[in-house]
Amino acid sequence: MQLRLEPRAMPSKWLRYSSPLIALALTLVFGVILFSALGQNPAVALYTFFIRPIGTLYGLSELCIKAAPLLLCAVGLAIGFRGNVWNIGAEGQLTMGAICGGGLALAFYGDEGPWLLPLMIVGGGLGGMAWGAIPAFLKTRFNANEILTSLMLTYVAIQVLGYLVHGPWRDPEGFNFPETRLFGEDALLPVLIEGTRFHFGVVLAVLAAMIGWVFVTRTFAGFQIKVVGQAMAAANYAGYSGNRVVWTGFLIGGGLAGLAGLGEVAGPMGQLNPTISPGYGFAAIIVAFLGRLHPAGVLLASLLMALMYLGGESLQMNLNLPLAITGVFQGTLLFFVLASDVFIRFRVKLVHNVPRTAP
Amino acid sequence: MAEIDTIVAILVATMRAGTPLLFAALGELITEKAGVLNLGIEGMMLVGAVAGFIAMVLTGSPLIGVLAAMAAGMAMSGLFGFLTLTLMANQVATGLALTIFGVGLSAFVGLGYIGNPIQGLPGLAIPVLGDIPVLGSLLFNHDPLVYVSLVLLAAVTWFLYRSRAGLILRAVGESHEAAHAIGYSVLKIRYLAVLFGGATSGIAGAYLSLVYTPQWAENMTAGRGWIALALVVFATWRPARVLLGAYLFGGITIMGLHVQAAGFAISSHLVATLPYLATVLVLVLISRDATRIKLNAPAALGKPFHSSG
Amino acid sequence: MHSNKHFKGLVAAMFVVALAAVGGAPAAKAAEQLKIGFVYVSPVGDAGWTFQHDISRKDLEKALGAKVKTSFVESVPEGADAERVIREFAASGHKLVFTTSFGYMNPTIKVAKRFPGVTFEHATGYKHAKNVGTYLARFYEGRYLTGIVAGKMTKSNKIGYVAAFPIPEVVRGINAFTMGLRSVNPKAQVNVVWVSSWYDPGKEREAAETLIAQGADVVTQHTDSTAPVQAAEDKGVYAIGYHSDMSKYGKKAHLTAATHYWGGHYIAAAKAVMAGTWKSQGIWGGIKEGMIKLAPYGPAVPADVRALADAKGKEIASGKLHPFQGPVKDQSGKVRIPAGQTMSDKDMLGFKWYVEGVIGELPK
Repeated sequence: MQLRLEPRAMPSKWLRYSSPLIALALTLVFGVILFSALGQNPAVALYTFFIRPIGTLYGLSELCIKAAPLLLCAVGLAIGFRGNVWNIGAEGQLTMGAICGGGLALAFYGDEGPWLLPLMIVGGGLGGMAWGAIPAFLKTRFNANEILTSLMLTYVAIQVLGYLVHGPWRDPEGFNFPETRLFGEDALLPVLIEGTRFHFGVVLAVLAAMIGWVFVTRTFAGFQIKVVGQAMAAANYAGYSGNRVVWTGFLIGGGLAGLAGLGEVAGPMGQLNPTISPGYGFAAIIVAFLGRLHPAGVLLASLLMALMYLGGESLQMNLNLPLAITGVFQGTLLFFVLASDVFIRFRVKLVHNVPRTAP
Repeated sequence: MAEIDTIVAILVATMRAGTPLLFAALGELITEKAGVLNLGIEGMMLVGAVAGFIAMVLTGSPLIGVLAAMAAGMAMSGLFGFLTLTLMANQVATGLALTIFGVGLSAFVGLGYIGNPIQGLPGLAIPVLGDIPVLGSLLFNHDPLVYVSLVLLAAVTWFLYRSRAGLILRAVGESHEAAHAIGYSVLKIRYLAVLFGGATSGIAGAYLSLVYTPQWAENMTAGRGWIALALVVFATWRPARVLLGAYLFGGITIMGLHVQAAGFAISSHLVATLPYLATVLVLVLISRDATRIKLNAPAALGKPFHSSG
Repeated sequence: MHSNKHFKGLVAAMFVVALAAVGGAPAAKAAEQLKIGFVYVSPVGDAGWTFQHDISRKDLEKALGAKVKTSFVESVPEGADAERVIREFAASGHKLVFTTSFGYMNPTIKVAKRFPGVTFEHATGYKHAKNVGTYLARFYEGRYLTGIVAGKMTKSNKIGYVAAFPIPEVVRGINAFTMGLRSVNPKAQVNVVWVSSWYDPGKEREAAETLIAQGADVVTQHTDSTAPVQAAEDKGVYAIGYHSDMSKYGKKAHLTAATHYWGGHYIAAAKAVMAGTWKSQGIWGGIKEGMIKLAPYGPAVPADVRALADAKGKEIASGKLHPFQGPVKDQSGKVRIPAGQTMSDKDMLGFKWYVEGVIGELPK
């Protein structure tokens, strides 16, 4: 007897929405086993991981803040991935956006006005776009694989940031420590809920997701990307340019990642320092696929990913569980979510050893 | 003589720095040639590193350490294979999740083994030849795994281009439908390729924890898995170029350190960008001949396969 | 570290607390137990910066027993996340929070404004508030002593220094080491390699091997891993550790290490908070305060060298000797601190030039 997967004639609509619930159920089962094995009360541990971090208004606002950069990066990446544009350098584009937007805040320090923040937002987006344009150029002009170039440029961007905050941009009153001065009031994204850090950048992120959704489903350019991604031959026949899709993917992905970077430095951080992103650009790749490359799905996936970070902190703080456990738990949760998708397109059958004679 | 000694030191250090990259990248090369993209190298390396280290501490045998690292890497890649090949989960996302999982798992099982220094793998100087000035230290005076990595390179090259099994593997990576139609078991071949990738990633991790810096510490791979991944692309899926990439990357890192130690004033941040920029530059130079790359890149890379019965 | 027994002991308590939180029942007032939170920048590991904070935290628990309860969060990035973790500690009843990395300075100040009833202590920073104090160790005192040991032990008169980033704290250490080195061996020089990372065992090892290949016969470091010590052991040269006693990674090579210890300060701060006598101040403690110590000498260090270093340590503790005691010359030979003067704390805090004896220019 063995398990067999059988393709469904039509992807199951019902399972499309319920497969994440199957994943959640499996995760809970695994969580009970894992935490019991560690000598913890599993109910308390699961509550501490999933519920406790968002049990307050402040917790919810933190969830949104944490999800915002993931959402921005992942929406941009998803649009590219639909067209088989493999930008895995969102982390670098995010960093460059933070550098450009934050650099404007420093350049106009003490000489600012209400015009500064919009300028920074534009600067952040353009900075990310410019950094994304390099792999696009190298791909379209020299045929250089974008996986390598975008990844390598990420490391370069992080070193450039290090160079700037250790050197020319460090706070003149900061005893030569590696961070810039705190931005002026006009260079900060306004906080929208008093008593929290819920800032305007979160709204920008949600707007970006909505615009992304319209772009993907309602525009011709979005359609072109999809065609190129799914059938290059058909795209050629229709006269769609692969190069244009590469450029579109990288400029949108880079621009949104740049905005994410700006949202961090002009939002909760209020300055530049050597560690702007704890890997949002890489995590966003998972988020993009968890959200099935659809902006609405990406929105949910970014919230889930953000909750996993908060839950990890909560486990450490409240149950003294090491960070390592969080990694194991997070990885397993992702495995379940990814694996559950199989039920959408396939049904599982138990067959007795008679292969290829299914009814 | 002093200059020659320095140059030899740079070259020897380059080979050592490039060796873990070479191991991991060769495995990923085979995996990708079969049409599977596994982004979880970093996670597999870490689990290999910790497993190798623990086995070495428990048994005292470096050989068992390396074998345990291979087994652990294979277990990780087997998990990846189950998710992406059997259950057809998305390869890119599963690979990244594998890294998150591997970072956590290695840190967790390694908790009791932190701060437990071991005697690293001894060098394997080849008698007589190892005593030749310059050439001796350059070619015949390394730790055993450096030689193994070079033998592996030769074996992978032979396998891919000279053996029938390699031909089948490449066919599967090129078009799984066609390979399936001829009667090859796409799934089985891909599983084997993925497991091979896990095994070499495991060795790459063990190279760090048993040879390079004989100790276990969380996250000790420090991003080398990502570089290995990039090197496969850099090499345009050709084994010999993986060697070139690994040594180029290692060599420029080492050169940067030597330049600094000699007292040149360069921003250490800008020096640190050099290996990445050099890799991009060389890739651009290699890639201009578009048709040759297309021939090397596996056409079915990353695409799931289901043999509907 | 996280043994099962330890967990089981905690579980009961945790369960009660969690139930109380879930059920909305008023939590039983813990009998004046002081909850203390620690924010760490990296995993605890077994050597290095965070490890030293963690052994000090454990000593605090040992010393004050049931009167305190500590918890920590490790690997907290120095970006937007730090503020949330610090605030979460403050909001969940921790009355004393130690934030142990420079990048937590502004987040600590921000959270402190919102929680005036909570005491914060930030390591290595310079910003204070009514409820925010800072603490720092005079690492340079230990560096000076290890410089003396290196100066006595080197034969090639070339010392290799593996360093992370050119920030004042690291530069100060290099300079103090060089001052100590040349106080006993004016011909010796220091070569520095920056690895652009606090923690990357592979690269630290490569850097150490590079320095050894260029003739260094003593290697020291300002990074977190023990890889440079291992490199020295393998290559048959000497090593001087940093942060922690790294002797088990180089039984023959390890001469000593410049270590720091926060336990005394943590205990004092906790007691002061409990007694209501805590005041915001900038503490900068050295050998005298027990914050700086040399690790036990390795077998290679002869008795006269040990005696010399110990004697100089006592002189520093008593204030008779200052590592940056004039004349201090910079690399060009210009006298920066004239004879008879010592460098001020403020100038030391912002160090951005090399003293004479360091090879190469300080990266700007």
